Amino acid sequence: MSPVLAGVLQLLALIVALGLAYRPLGDHMARVYSSDRHLRVEKWIYKGIGADPDTQMRWPAYLRGVLAFSAVGVLFLYLLQRLQGSLPGSLGFRSIDPDQAFNTAASFVANTNWQSYYGEQAMGHVVQTAGLAVQNFVSAAVGIAVAVALVRGFARSRTGELGNFWSDLVRGVIRVLIPISVLGALVLVACGAIQNFAGIHEVGQFLGGSQQWNGGAVASQEAIKELGTNGGGYFNANSAHPFENPDGFTNLFEVFLILVIPFALTRTFGRMVGSLKQGYAILATMAAIWIGFTALMMWTEFHHGGPAFDLAGGAMEGKENRFGVGGSSIFAVATTLTSTGAVDSFHSSFTGFGGGITMLGMQLGEIAPGGTGSGLYGMLIMAIIAVFIAGLMVGRTPEYLGKKIGTREIKFAACYILVTPALVLVFTAVAMALPTPRHSMLNPGAHGFSEILYAYTSGANNNGSAFAGLSSDTDWFNTTIGLAMLLGRFLPMVFVLALAGSLAEQQPVPATAGTLRTEKPLFTGLLVGTVLIVAGLTYFPALALGPLAEGLAS
Amino acid sequence: MNNSVTNTGRLLWAGLRALLVLTLACGVIYPLAVTGVAQALFHDKANGSEIRSEGKVVGSSLIGQRYDLPLKKGQETAEPDLKWFQPRPSNGLGENTVNTRYKLILSGATNLSGDNKDLIGQVRAAQQAVIKDNTTATYEVDKADVPADAVTSSGSGLDPDISPAYAELQVHRVAERNHLPVNEVRQLVKAHTDGRVLGFMGEPRVNVLELNVALRDLAAKG
Repeated sequence: MSPVLAGVLQLLALIVALGLAYRPLGDHMARVYSSDRHLRVEKWIYKGIGADPDTQMRWPAYLRGVLAFSAVGVLFLYLLQRLQGSLPGSLGFRSIDPDQAFNTAASFVANTNWQSYYGEQAMGHVVQTAGLAVQNFVSAAVGIAVAVALVRGFARSRTGELGNFWSDLVRGVIRVLIPISVLGALVLVACGAIQNFAGIHEVGQFLGGSQQWNGGAVASQEAIKELGTNGGGYFNANSAHPFENPDGFTNLFEVFLILVIPFALTRTFGRMVGSLKQGYAILATMAAIWIGFTALMMWTEFHHGGPAFDLAGGAMEGKENRFGVGGSSIFAVATTLTSTGAVDSFHSSFTGFGGGITMLGMQLGEIAPGGTGSGLYGMLIMAIIAVFIAGLMVGRTPEYLGKKIGTREIKFAACYILVTPALVLVFTAVAMALPTPRHSMLNPGAHGFSEILYAYTSGANNNGSAFAGLSSDTDWFNTTIGLAMLLGRFLPMVFVLALAGSLAEQQPVPATAGTLRTEKPLFTGLLVGTVLIVAGLTYFPALALGPLAEGLAS
Repeated sequence: MNNSVTNTGRLLWAGLRALLVLTLACGVIYPLAVTGVAQALFHDKANGSEIRSEGKVVGSSLIGQRYDLPLKKGQETAEPDLKWFQPRPSNGLGENTVNTRYKLILSGATNLSGDNKDLIGQVRAAQQAVIKDNTTATYEVDKADVPADAVTSSGSGLDPDISPAYAELQVHRVAERNHLPVNEVRQLVKAHTDGRVLGFMGEPRVNVLELNVALRDLAAKG
C-alpha cells in the first residue's frame, strides 16, 4: 500500500470513528448541561465551593464567575511554579523565573499551552500533575461552559438567565472530561505511553553506558491534553515523543481525542436549540474545512517542495517514522484547526505551504471544529456574521435561530472577530520593528518572519504550537505572548457572553418565507465562504511575507 | 464601592475553593487512579517498555539510542559503530542546561526550514556518509536508494525506528562486519519489520534496538 493511500484511509477511519461517537457524546453533553439533577460527588464539590448550583446567572454574573475562577487559576499556577524549588515531589527542579512562570500560567489557564520551557528539565511531578494537568481539565470545561451559555442564549427567550457557571464547570469536568480521559489514558498506556511516578533514573544502553530518563504521569496528562484541546506536552517533543505517542494507532487515537468533543458539541447545540438540523449545518461547515485542509496538507507534504526535502527525497525532517507523512499531516491540521497545539511532528520543518496551512488554520479562529467550546462559540459568531452578510444582500434584518441580529448583536460579533487579528498583527509588527526580538529567530529569511507571526498567531488564538526554532524564553516573548494569550482568550468570552445575554432577552421572531434557512446546504456554503474570506482578507498580507513567499520560492 | 470589593473578594474566594476541590479531583485522584490501574494491568509498558538482553536492561523499545564507537581523543562527535544497524540522525536532540546535576536528554527537533542552508548541508553530509558507510566490496549504494528518513532528524530526536528501506540498505554492511551471510541478516530484518497497525495506520518500520539485540544473538550463535 502506498503511503498516500494509507494516509487517506487513516483520514477515512477517523471520520468513521468521529461519526460513531457523534450522537452518543453530543446527546450526553446535551443532557449534562440541561439536567436538573446533581450527582452526589457534585453536591460535595458545590459544598466545597460554597456555591448554589441552582441559582441562575445573568451574563455579567456568569462572566464574573469565569474571570474570577481563571484569575485565581493564573495566580495559583504562577505561585506553584515560583515555589517549585521548595516543594516536595519536584525531582529537585528549581523554581521557574517570574517571566516564564507568568507566561506558563497564562498559557495553561487560557487553554493555550504555549511552552517556553523544556518539560523534561523544568517541571517536576507536582507542577505537572497538580498544576498544569488540572488547568488542562478546567480550562477546557470553562470553554465548554461559555459555549453552552451562548447556546442557551439562542434557546431561551425573555429571560436574561444563562445558567450557573459553577454547575457548568463542575459538570463538564466530572461528567464529560474525567470519564473520557480515564479511558483514553488507559488505552494510551496499553500501547506504551508511560504512567509512573519514578524520578529521574538511569537506563542501561545496548553498547554500555546509560541514558537518564524522567518518569511521570504521562498518559493521564496526554489524554486530557488532547481531549481538552490543550496541547502542552509532558516532554519537549510533545506528542512526537514515543512515551507520549508510541505508535501509528495512538497517533490516530490522539487526533480522535482532539476532535471528538468539538465536533460532538454541534449535536449538543442542535439538541439544545431544538433543531438537530441546525447542528448538522454547523457540523458540515466544520467538517468541510477540516477535510479540505487535511487534503491540502497531505498534498503539499507528500509533494515535499523545498531544497532540503528535494535533496532528501521526502519531507521527513521533524517527522517520526512510525507516523510518516500521512499521520503527521492529519495531526498537524487537527491540532491547528482546534486550539490544541500538541504536535506529533515539527511544523517549522514542514514545507513552506504546509507551515502556511497550519498558520491559516489558527487564523480562521480555530473553529473547524475548534477548541472544546471555543470552536462552537467561534463558529456561531461566524454564523451571525454570515446571516448579517446575507441580510445585507437582500436588505432585510437578519435573524438566526429565531433571534434578530440587530445593531447590538452585530457589534458584539464584530468585536469578537477583531480581537485576535488585532493582537496577532500588532504584536508581530512591533516585534519585527524592535531590534532584539528578531535575535530569537532560528531560520533566516521569510521563515524567520514566519516564526514570529506563528508565535503570536498561536498565542492570541490559544493554540500553543510553535515554529519552535524561535527562542521564546526571553522577557519580551514571555510577556507579550502571555498577554496575547490572556486577551485572546478572555476578551472574546466577554463578547460571547454579552451576546448570549442579549439574545436570551429577546422574544423569538417566527420564521417567514423571507427567513434565511440556516439548516440548508446553501447556508453551509455561505458560512464556509464567510470564514475563509474574513480570515483571508485579514491575514493575506502577513501570510504573503512568510509561508507563501517560502512556498512559492521552492 | 465597599460593597463591590466585598463581592469581588467573595467571588475570588469561591474561585479558589473551586480550584482546590477540582485540583484534588483532576490533579490528585485522577492521575493516581490511572497510575494504579496502569501499573497493575500494563506494568512493563507503564514503566517504559524496557528491553533486556543477556540479563541486562539495554534500553527501551520506544526510545532511540546511538550505536557509536567510543570517542577518540580530540574527537568531538563519535563515529558510528558500523557493526550495528544505525538509527536516524538526531540533530535536534539537546542536553539539559537548567538542572546540570542530571544528564537529561532533551527531546526535540532541529526546526530548520526546507530552504535553510544548514539543513541542506546536514542532509547532504548524511547522504554522503550513508553511501560511504554502506558501500562494501560487493555492494554499491546509489544515491537514489538512500531513503529520506536516513538523512533527516525526527521530531523527538528519539525515533526508535528506521524505514524498511534504510534497514535493507544496511544489510550488506552489517553482514560483512559481523561475518554473517547476507541472507540471514536480511531474514532478521524481515522478521523485525512491523507493518502498519491494522494494515493502514502509521508506516512500516524496523525497531533498531530490537533488531540489534537479535543481531547480537545471531552473531553469537554463528
